[in-house]
Amino acid sequence: MNIYRKPVIFALAAAAVISVGTLVTTFIPVFMPSMTPVMEGIKPYNPLQLEGRDIYVREGCNNCHTQTVRPLKAEMARYGDYSRISEFTYDRPFLWGSKRTGPDLARVGGKYPDSWHYRHMKDPQAMFAKSNMPSYAWLADRPLDTTYTERKMKTLGFPYSPDDLKSLQGKNEMDALVAYLQKLGRDFKELSKKTATASGKQQEGYHD
Amino acid sequence: MKDDTYEYSVVKGFAFSAIFWLLIGLVVGLLIAFQMFIPKLNLTPWLTYGRLRVVHTNGLGFGFTLAAIFSCTYYILQRLTRIPLVFPKLATFHLYFFNVVIALAALSLFAGMNTSREYAELEWPIDILVVIMWVVFAVNVFASLIKRKEEQMYISLWFIIAMTVGVAVLYILNNLEMPVSWFKSYSAYAGANDANVEWWYGHNIVGSVFTFPILAMFYYFLPKSTNLPIYSHRLSIVAFWSLLFAYLWTGAHHLVYSPLPEWIQTTAIAFSIFMIAPSWGSVVNGYYTMKDDWGQIKSNYLVKFFILGITFYGLQTVQGPAQALRSLSALFHYTDWLPGHVHMGTMGWVTMTISASFYYMIPKVYKTELHSISIANAHFWLVLIGQLIFSITMWIAGIQEGSLWSALNPDGSLAYSFMEVLASIYPYYMMRALGGILYFIGIVLFAYNIIMTAKQPVITAQGRTA
Repeated sequence: MNIYRKPVIFALAAAAVISVGTLVTTFIPVFMPSMTPVMEGIKPYNPLQLEGRDIYVREGCNNCHTQTVRPLKAEMARYGDYSRISEFTYDRPFLWGSKRTGPDLARVGGKYPDSWHYRHMKDPQAMFAKSNMPSYAWLADRPLDTTYTERKMKTLGFPYSPDDLKSLQGKNEMDALVAYLQKLGRDFKELSKKTATASGKQQEGYHD
Repeated sequence: MKDDTYEYSVVKGFAFSAIFWLLIGLVVGLLIAFQMFIPKLNLTPWLTYGRLRVVHTNGLGFGFTLAAIFSCTYYILQRLTRIPLVFPKLATFHLYFFNVVIALAALSLFAGMNTSREYAELEWPIDILVVIMWVVFAVNVFASLIKRKEEQMYISLWFIIAMTVGVAVLYILNNLEMPVSWFKSYSAYAGANDANVEWWYGHNIVGSVFTFPILAMFYYFLPKSTNLPIYSHRLSIVAFWSLLFAYLWTGAHHLVYSPLPEWIQTTAIAFSIFMIAPSWGSVVNGYYTMKDDWGQIKSNYLVKFFILGITFYGLQTVQGPAQALRSLSALFHYTDWLPGHVHMGTMGWVTMTISASFYYMIPKVYKTELHSISIANAHFWLVLIGQLIFSITMWIAGIQEGSLWSALNPDGSLAYSFMEVLASIYPYYMMRALGGILYFIGIVLFAYNIIMTAKQPVITAQGRTA
């Protein structure tokens, strides 16, 4: 049989050829529990953090900021301990990014006080004259849309209480985004702090 | 004349759609190039970099490139099957529907309806429209192939089939989402799986859109415009199947040193190195096709485009695997080296080949001659110089960023703050914007030349008619 004379068989052959690598490297891992391990201490997002994350996604922050620290000496000196697979199990979508026009944010949670983020988002150049980050002052003028918050939490299967939802009243988009940024990497930092205290070791320091 | 039985209105319609989206995408590209060093240009929420970059990549990757692919495919398909389109009305519907979908896609991205997954940013209602559009295209392709009058399917048709199948599989599997409203959904995959599926898609959509159909154009239009047969049929068979097989294993080279399991990364790196062979199969086939008449590179302006195009494809497919290596990834990943790499492929290989295909095809479908070869030559040199400035400045910037980020003082502390490194890159961002302007002028000349060609009087065997 000459496959170059049979378009349908040719198409089926092409589909078979592309499915080998697809299955082995991508869709067999989808069913491997080790790809999305659940680690005690790594918590899902609360409603405010999730809304903040959705704003991060909407504004395309991932186009300039990554969220994964590589196990390289200088990188860990700059951003903190390298990222672990269990830190991302609740992330849909993942936000590892591909370009660092701005710094990595995987461990930015708790690095600065909330007020720092509010000032920085409002006018990045006032804090860093040579920064090229856009101003996001307008986020503070937009009340947080909570129409779908409960449905979002249910879709993702995250735990929440009625009080969590009530606490969103009166919040704006900036509040949500800052709450999200302050969550990034924080659970893992607290875990490693506990482990360090338990074993009497010093925690790795962070530098700018 | 049997030529009159072919259906060329969709070829023309898609060609002008391509030029329209090309100009729009490049204007957005220029704006974001300037935003990189003038942040005040982020004027309103709709015009912030975070939203515009996505409009730029989708507008050019899908608006321009797909329209150009559809235009050339509908032309090549009819010539190589020797029958007019089986469903011309369905093809016309495809043309209008495509443009509606791309316009909706652009508007939704401006508005911030964005899933954040690269080259798959469109939200689920638009994903469904894209799939319908693709099915319409596939029906047209396979109807022509099944009813064809030419027994043997030429290489270009293999690549068109590979694209049709590949895009369908990639797009559907990668965009499985859980909707929460008309404007918002969450990925069906979580964490490391989401990253792995997304880059399996991200890498292979580049293969299915920027490689397979562009090679289909190259294998068809290079022999046509030079009157030289393709050097080796056997080489093209080997290159085709090995390219198709190996491509799908390489996506995770975008995730080197990420938390993704190491075996997936290492497999991807190994297959990336292997990919040099099938990629260069096409490069060798291109060069050796010219071996009996290299003089045409001087006398035939189209050869310049095709040969420079395949040369950039060859460079791209060596640079890509090199970047996949762990030691080089450590230096280059996340830096401006990557936009330099991507734009060599898109501006050098893809757009160069599409331009030459249009220069050959548009006069044929309008039964006339190209408006101006001098303008085509000016276009060639402007886009070549513009692209080289873009890529080279970004490569230097990338090496600088990678080196300074990892520089340590003797005591182990960081030698440079993030802001110091960024500030040192601004001169390169400015030069890149200049390269972009030159490139844009070249493309305006291209658009002008194609429009003027379409307006020219028809030339028949008896001569020009009014």
